[in-house]
Amino acid sequence: MALLELASISKHFGAIQAVNDVSLSLEAGEVTGLMGDNGAGKSTLVKMIAGNFRPSHGAMRLEGTELVMHRPVDARRHGIEIVHQDLALCDNLTAAANVFLGRELRVGVGPFRILDYASMYKRAGQIFAELKSETRPRDLVKQMSGGQRQAVAIARTMLSKAKIVLMDEPTAAISVRQVAEVLNLIRHLRDQGLAVVLISHRMPDVFSVADRVIVMRRGRKVADKKIADSSPEEVTGLITGAIERA
Amino acid sequence: MATNDSSTAAAAGPQSGLRAMRFSVRLESLLVLAVLVVALSILSPYFLSVSNFLNILLATAVIGILGFGATFVIAAAGIDLSLGSVLALSGVLGALSVNALDLPWPVAIVTCLAVGAFCGLINGLLNAKAGIPAFIVTLGMLGVARGLGLVFTNGQPVYGMPDPIVFLGQGRPFGVPMPVFVFIAVAIVAHFVLAYTRFGKYAQVIGDNETAARAMGIRVDRHRIALYMVSGTLAGVAGLLFLARVNAGDPTAGLNYELTAITAAILGGTNLFGGRASVLGTLIGALVMGVLQNGLNLLAVSSFYQQMAIGAVLVLAVWLDQVNRARGQR
Ligand SMILES: Nc1ncnc2c1ncn2[C@@H]1O[C@H](COP(=O)(O)OP(=O)(O)OP(=O)(O)O)[C@@H](O)[C@H]1O
Ligand SMILES: [Mg+2]
Repeated sequence: MALLELASISKHFGAIQAVNDVSLSLEAGEVTGLMGDNGAGKSTLVKMIAGNFRPSHGAMRLEGTELVMHRPVDARRHGIEIVHQDLALCDNLTAAANVFLGRELRVGVGPFRILDYASMYKRAGQIFAELKSETRPRDLVKQMSGGQRQAVAIARTMLSKAKIVLMDEPTAAISVRQVAEVLNLIRHLRDQGLAVVLISHRMPDVFSVADRVIVMRRGRKVADKKIADSSPEEVTGLITGAIERA
Repeated sequence: MATNDSSTAAAAGPQSGLRAMRFSVRLESLLVLAVLVVALSILSPYFLSVSNFLNILLATAVIGILGFGATFVIAAAGIDLSLGSVLALSGVLGALSVNALDLPWPVAIVTCLAVGAFCGLINGLLNAKAGIPAFIVTLGMLGVARGLGLVFTNGQPVYGMPDPIVFLGQGRPFGVPMPVFVFIAVAIVAHFVLAYTRFGKYAQVIGDNETAARAMGIRVDRHRIALYMVSGTLAGVAGLLFLARVNAGDPTAGLNYELTAITAAILGGTNLFGGRASVLGTLIGALVMGVLQNGLNLLAVSSFYQQMAIGAVLVLAVWLDQVNRARGQR
């Protein structure tokens, strides 16, 4: 049984058909590369899985049970984490506050609970160490480099024991060395039995880390095959439309 | 090395990030306050005394409490221009509830707060749900609340409050005016809520990056409404203090106070465009405004010029902030 199954998922924004009748399944311990041109619908698709958008049509099943989500916290509760393409960071908050954004640690009883800054710093520090990132928990995000910002966004996915991690262009703004770190992290997550979706425009990233590649074009899924059975040339053709389907 | 949050803590090393966030009191505002105090001590023989100091605190209480309300709303990149009018309306209705309806005195307190909260609720609903810009919504409320107060009273103050209410405004336990105690209590609670609770944090998150707030599952609309209710309720508290101090519900009370309150917040380092806010900063900003007004009074400067001074300080505070930001983003 697949870990997550999407059945004929569609999403339209007014007249724009961003995602059109896409079915796919994600397996535990597998990395899926999701590729496609700008505006192909990749972000929209993963945002539905992460509870940011509700599908216009279609159904999602997690471990066989229907998945209905109203808010991103519902997805997190089910063990689905996402790194957003725009990172979704707040400049005036510290790295730690950004990592815990939306699920802050608190101490106290009932309605009288205050933010537990000390624990959040400590935990965020541990996660950054795990990520081999030099990011310091107390630094403000607005003073950070692109790579550090990316690390903050990725650190969010490691707060709780996830089953699925969705990464929307996590390597877009970072150095070669940091790209290698992120790809290593993805392998590490896979080895722990997570399902990882990697959205990227960088062919080498996908071909070095993914087990499977899905290609989208204008909202539709046009290919879904094992990396071993494909090639960068074929994927390029699928993305541009030179190859209709595979 | 002046970054745009050159806070007292920012110079204190690697831990500065978080402290800057929690206290972010602008150094400039403390400096301005110090300069004002020194200058006025030299210019006026009456300035430097305990009784004048208490006078300043008393005069600052109402403005400061409105300023805290402004701080919460501005933190989330909103604005509340109706603070002064809501102050008047809640004071008037609070007065009428015990005066015309002859209800027991605690009802006046409840009425003031409830009227403030209700005005905030309307502001919040129109802004968050109907999508009308905060500037327009609260400008509308400025007119409507002011007009309602005048309608209910025929434009005349409602005199005569029960003793406990008068005590709240005029009592002086240990020689300190009651409103000063209320002011300090509200300041402590407001600071605590803004800096140490999720509610306060989320206000700044929404002002910082609304898309991120939504992506992280924060209920932005609901939170906005709650923030306007906070500022409305604080306007109700200010209305109650005003009512108690003058022993009358005055429909013309608090005219243009929103201008002073917003100035106090901006002066204190709260970012006009949201994302960064500090109650302690606003407290200092309000003290600057209070000292300024007190000084101008002592120096017998006409109130016409005082209006001009407040307006000028507002523009100056925003300009200072912008200069700082430009330097910080080099
Ligand atoms: N919130 C929204 N409201 C309206 N239209 C949207 C929204 N989000 C996405 N779209 C539209 O849906 C389509 C697919 O966008 P999406 O962001 O999913 O593309 P993408 O494959 O992630 O592209 P990129 O590689 O540039 O990130 C685009 O036409 C986009 O304009
Ligand atoms: Mg995208």
